[in-house]
Amino acid sequence: MKTTYREAMRAALRDAMQRDERVFLMGEDVGSYGGSFAVSLGLLEEFGPERIRDTPLSESGFVGAGIGAALGGMRPVVEIMTVNFSLLALDQIINNAATLLHMSGGQFNVPIVIRMTTGAGRQLGAQHSHSLEGWYAHIPGLRILAPATLADARGMLWTALQDPDPVLIFEHGSLYNVAGELDDDAGAVDIDKAAVVRHGGGLTLITYGGTLPLVLEAAALLAAEGIEADVIDLRTLRPLDGQTIMHSIARTHRAVVVDEGWRSGSISAEIAARICEQAFFDLDAPVERVCSLEVPVPYAKHLEQAALPSVERVMTAARRAVGTHG
Amino acid sequence: MSTVRNQVIRDQDHALHLLRQMVRVRRLEEKCIELYSAAKIRGFLHVYIGEEAVAAGVMEALEPDDAVVATYREHGHALLRGVSAGAILAEMYGHAEGCCRGRGGSMHLFDADARFYGGNAIVAGGLPLAVGLALADRMAGRRRVTVCFFGEGAVAEGEFHESMNLAALWQLPVLFCCENNLYAMGTALGRSESQTDIALKAAGYEISAWAVDGMDVLAVEEAARRAVDAVRSGGGPHFLELRTYRFRAHSMFDPELYREKTEVTRWMERDPITLLQGTMQAAGQLPEDTWAGLTADVDAEISAAVGFAENGTPAPVSELLRFVYSDPPDAGGAATPGGSAGKEGAAG
Ligand SMILES: Cc1ncc(C[n+]2csc(CCOP(=O)(O)OP(=O)(O)O)c2C)c(N)n1
Ligand SMILES: [Mg+2]
Repeated sequence: MKTTYREAMRAALRDAMQRDERVFLMGEDVGSYGGSFAVSLGLLEEFGPERIRDTPLSESGFVGAGIGAALGGMRPVVEIMTVNFSLLALDQIINNAATLLHMSGGQFNVPIVIRMTTGAGRQLGAQHSHSLEGWYAHIPGLRILAPATLADARGMLWTALQDPDPVLIFEHGSLYNVAGELDDDAGAVDIDKAAVVRHGGGLTLITYGGTLPLVLEAAALLAAEGIEADVIDLRTLRPLDGQTIMHSIARTHRAVVVDEGWRSGSISAEIAARICEQAFFDLDAPVERVCSLEVPVPYAKHLEQAALPSVERVMTAARRAVGTHG
Repeated sequence: MSTVRNQVIRDQDHALHLLRQMVRVRRLEEKCIELYSAAKIRGFLHVYIGEEAVAAGVMEALEPDDAVVATYREHGHALLRGVSAGAILAEMYGHAEGCCRGRGGSMHLFDADARFYGGNAIVAGGLPLAVGLALADRMAGRRRVTVCFFGEGAVAEGEFHESMNLAALWQLPVLFCCENNLYAMGTALGRSESQTDIALKAAGYEISAWAVDGMDVLAVEEAARRAVDAVRSGGGPHFLELRTYRFRAHSMFDPELYREKTEVTRWMERDPITLLQGTMQAAGQLPEDTWAGLTADVDAEISAAVGFAENGTPAPVSELLRFVYSDPPDAGGAATPGGSAGKEGAAG
């Protein structure tokens, strides 16, 4: 079946709403407007305003209400327009969703799913372009997902809804229009494991979310130069699947981490640290990182592109990793 | 001695019950202070002395299925909602027998059986939760009520306003109980709000709201029953501003530089316990031996609770990482460390 990331996401929502009457979608403009990124387009007509619930501009209020509804036995899917606005709900996400189970000594789990768009590349300037999923991955009590493929856009939501604890899903804005083939019977997928989406053997390229397409493009070009790369799609940023990473590095001995977040204190830093802790003696070259430059994402196209990871930068890092050791 | 507003107490047994409830809270709080001074309890400790009539009155209006959300000043709410004094004190001791197995402490008491959802130490952080609990009830067609307690300091927070609006917009079955004790730590209400009539603010969101003498437990109960009945029968959110006063410092670290001693003593003349006592005595409804029996019972309850806490066991460090994520269904209680969690969290 031909589909897009957006349609796959919508199919996942529809499927979840049909299968479990406790599931409902809530957020700004998810209903009448059709979703700020048109993910929920048409669902209001299908499920009605109770279950496709438009909210006022009150990120903390409706995220907190979603947490409360989850405590009350519902399975809310809360949509925040973008990760940038989720900062207004940080209190609820971090002080309540992530802590209630622990503070209550195991009595109150919070089965909420919070979806939001992340990432740059569309000239939206600094307040609409940041990639903060790595921040959220810092928080014990949360599970952080970054679907990068059609199969994951279709399959992660249902599994996330089965999780008894809070799950945040980060959808990179540049992915919604990605089109491709998806199995007609595509359904739930695991949300624990990273995936090796290309098998090479010469080095390991590690990424997730919005940068997966460009890393795959770089891998194809590198192959033409005779550099064969494993490409790992992390899929889940917390808990990190270190095993898949280390397993690949045990064969390739070289790693490049590609992350649209900033370098300092980032998920790429965490991955590099773990590689050093767990696979130091497997390495034949220093771990390379390709991240966004340390600047608020600028508006002008050429500046924005210069700030973000690119195919070129990934290839340069890969060549350096391979060339370091004869 | 001054008396409560409702001069006529129709049901003597019930009045005695309310008196007992308030004394239970008072004695528990006095014990907490004592145990804190003895370094048995640590962390922040906020006591409810002076405000007992609020929780005592409101809890009377609730059914077992209703939900309660409270703040860090919630020992009394937890106790009157049915959490045992022993489980509360054991929690403050950091013991495995505590109502949160030592994870929460004084500010984070929870109890699933009592539908007591904390214990929230973020000012106004509980309001959106209450809205969501009420939303779940509405969507599931349950006739339950969620009661949310918070201080008047919370009224300045955005989460207060977002929650008022959501609750009113969606006509949710929630009762907001603002415990207006006139101070947020050292900040007097008039120094933080341009409009100090809090019920009026709620009314601005089209919520039925009124102020109640929070020192008069009978008035509180009457108002709470009226509000809870209205909420339960589909009347949408309601709001009570309970005018009260805390007799003690904000927490154990507060030197109380911001208010005059005379102000405190003036309010202590309206101590909710002595007010009700006075009314009952004046009506010949509180014989000396009844009062003596009541206090003896409460003292026995609290000393048994202290014994329970004292005899508890420190929550085991081997289970430190438990309850970060839910135990897997088949784990039979095994610890489930977060996949990426190290042991860094061990240092409290
Ligand atoms: C969001 C937030 N800001 C600041 C604090 C610190 N703080 C703890 S209690 C308190 C005063 C709150 O006053 P009020 O809401 O009136 O409740 P009361 O203590 O009087 O019961 C403050 C400022 C906090 N816990 N949370
Ligand atoms: Mg106050």
